[in-house]
This record gives sequence, structure tokens and C-alpha cells, in this order.
Amino acid sequence: MTIGLYAPGASALHRLPAGVKLGALVAASLALFAVPSTIVALASVPVAFAVYLSTGLGVPRLIRELRGPALLLGFVFVFHALAGSVEEGIAAVARFASLILLASAVTLTTPVSEMAALVERLLGPLAPLGVNPAKVGLAIALAIRFIPLIAEEYRQIREAQAARGLDRNLLALVVPLVIRTLKAADDLADAIEARGIET
Amino acid sequence: MIVTSMKGTFEMTRDVSTRDIVYIALFAALMAAVNLVPPIQVAFLPVPITAATLAVMLAGCMIGAKRGGLAILLFVLLVALGLPLLAGGRGGLSVFFGPTAGFILSWPVGAFVTGWLTERNWPRMNAVWFFVFSVIGGIGVVYLIGIPWLAMVAKLSLFDAAKGSLIFVPGDIVKAIAAAAIAETVRRAYPLMQAAR
Repeated sequence: MTIGLYAPGASALHRLPAGVKLGALVAASLALFAVPSTIVALASVPVAFAVYLSTGLGVPRLIRELRGPALLLGFVFVFHALAGSVEEGIAAVARFASLILLASAVTLTTPVSEMAALVERLLGPLAPLGVNPAKVGLAIALAIRFIPLIAEEYRQIREAQAARGLDRNLLALVVPLVIRTLKAADDLADAIEARGIET
Repeated sequence: MIVTSMKGTFEMTRDVSTRDIVYIALFAALMAAVNLVPPIQVAFLPVPITAATLAVMLAGCMIGAKRGGLAILLFVLLVALGLPLLAGGRGGLSVFFGPTAGFILSWPVGAFVTGWLTERNWPRMNAVWFFVFSVIGGIGVVYLIGIPWLAMVAKLSLFDAAKGSLIFVPGDIVKAIAAAAIAETVRRAYPLMQAAR
């Protein structure tokens, strides 16, 4: 089963462990922000394109990936241009474009389950501070399970309120949704406790 | 099931019970569900007006500082893991490397602040206080973190970053009003701060 943005494939990036990819991404972002050079920022863009395309996901998906941030980056550039620093604007936009592409490449080639396992491993050293990686894992799994439940509950409530002519009334939609899902959550917590599962 | 005893309810304990985890997961999922409501795209704004901060306010108002903050933090974590839970189906690590990452990272803090104020004042909570605390946590804290972050990573001046961001405040005020109305109605129907222990 694949949920989320992960796109199955067999590229080199797909085979790399999640930890290595995340480490490389963090290193790249630190490097790009630490080196205040327009040339480095511009040079990073073709590299990021190459990394992204090496995953075999194709250009249409890449365009879709950049369309959202494009407008935002346009605004960043305009603000820079108005302040009279066109070069800095180009560098800022290039830096963002590279990092967004690299980060997308990591997300698209790493299954959610593998990322979740990585988070649990990374949280391990925080155990003395009161962070319990097993609890975090349980919370992640529960939340992913709750999302379709809430969506279904919301659909039912909207239908019921539509019959009353209330389907455009925020209170009439959200209050029953919150209370009904809270009741379900209370029952679930009772069930977990009754089975003596101590997390 | 409503436990009327208030003992220990408002204390900040380090321990997170099974019930707390279920509530945290539930509100993270509610945040995701709220984001499925189609965002309002205003032609000249580069960022859609979304319901996201509504859920931030609600989490703080309903389940308090620790659980509300952790619920939104869990939501942010799910986005980072690669789930397309942000408005418009966005998600993955790339959103944390864009110029608006500070706003997303401010959400857990905002929920915590709203929750902390709500817990402190629980006996006198009403719609007006819910509104005030939603504005402080869900708007004040969010912009206090988001704007300097934007200025820093986009190398903009603080003033320019604020100019680009503050257009969203009117929409946020509407969300705070909605959050207050919802939180007050739920408080009367299903008082969580007491029930949830």
C-alpha cells in the first residue's frame, strides 16, 4: 500500500536509505544558506533538476511540483527588485527552487512508513528527556487511521445537515463533527486501556 | 463520560497518557480534515487563504496547551513524512524549505499558547475569551514567528515580509471568530478540559 506523495520506482534515490537522503538534504540547505554567493545558488538549480529527474518521475510532475511555489517565489523576487537588489532576488529564488526540488525528490522516493521509522530512530536519543518513540509511533499510526474516519463522518454530517438546510452553517457542521469524533476517540481510549496496553 | 473532578486537570504533567495520545492523534487528524476544505484562492495573493489556523486555534481552545500543541506538532510531522495534508494537497519535505516554512512551524507554538491561556482561565471561559486567546495564539504567535522567518530565509527586510503577510489578517480574524463560536458551543456540550484526563 502506498499512501501520501511517495511514487514507487527503482532509481538510485529510491534505493538510498531515508537517513542518508535526509542528511544530504539538511546539509545542502545549510550549505546554500551559509554561502552567500549568487553563482553557487544559480549553479545549484541545474543540479537539483538533475537529482529530481534522476528519480524517473518525469517533467510534468516536476512542473506541477514547482507551480505552487512559483507565484510565491515571484513575490519574493518582486520585493527584492523593488528594494533595488535584483541580484539578491535572483539568488534567493534560485536557492528556494533548488531546495524545494531536492526536498520533493526525497519525499517522492521515500515511503511514509520508512520516514516514520526514521523519525522513531531519530527520537531514540531523546528518551531521557521524556520522549517515548513508541508513543510517537502510536500517535502517527492513530492519526493516519483517523483521517479517513473523520472524512467519512464529515460527509455523513454534511448530508444530514443538508436535509435541514444547514449545510452551509459552519457551527452546524463542525460542532457535531468534533463531538462525534471525540466520543469515538474516548471509546477507543477506553478500549486500549481495557486491554492493558501500556505505551 | 464526563468526570467532573477538576483535580490535576490543569497541571502540566510530563506524562502523556494513552487517552492523551488518542486525543492528540484525533486533533492532528481533524487538522488534516479541515485542510481538505478547498482553500480560497484570491487572485493576487501567492498563498491561498486556508482553514489551517482555524484548527490551530481549536486545538488550543479544546484540548489545552500540551495536548493541543502536540496534536498540531504531530500534524506537521505527518506533513514532513510525506502526506499531502496541507491545503491543496501539498505536503512533504519541500514545504519546510520554502519561504513560508516559518508559518507552518509556528502552528504548534500557536496552539500551545492558545491552550495555555485557555487552561489558565478555564473557569471563566466564554466566547469572548476564546476569541481573544485564539487571536493571541493563532494570529499573534503565528505572525511573530512566520514573518521574521520569511525575512531571514528570503533575505527580505522585516517590513517587506510583514507587508506581504499582513494581508491575511482579516481572514484570520474571521477564523478566530469561528473558532470561538465552535469552542464555546463544544465547551457547553462536551467540556473536554474536565472530561479528558
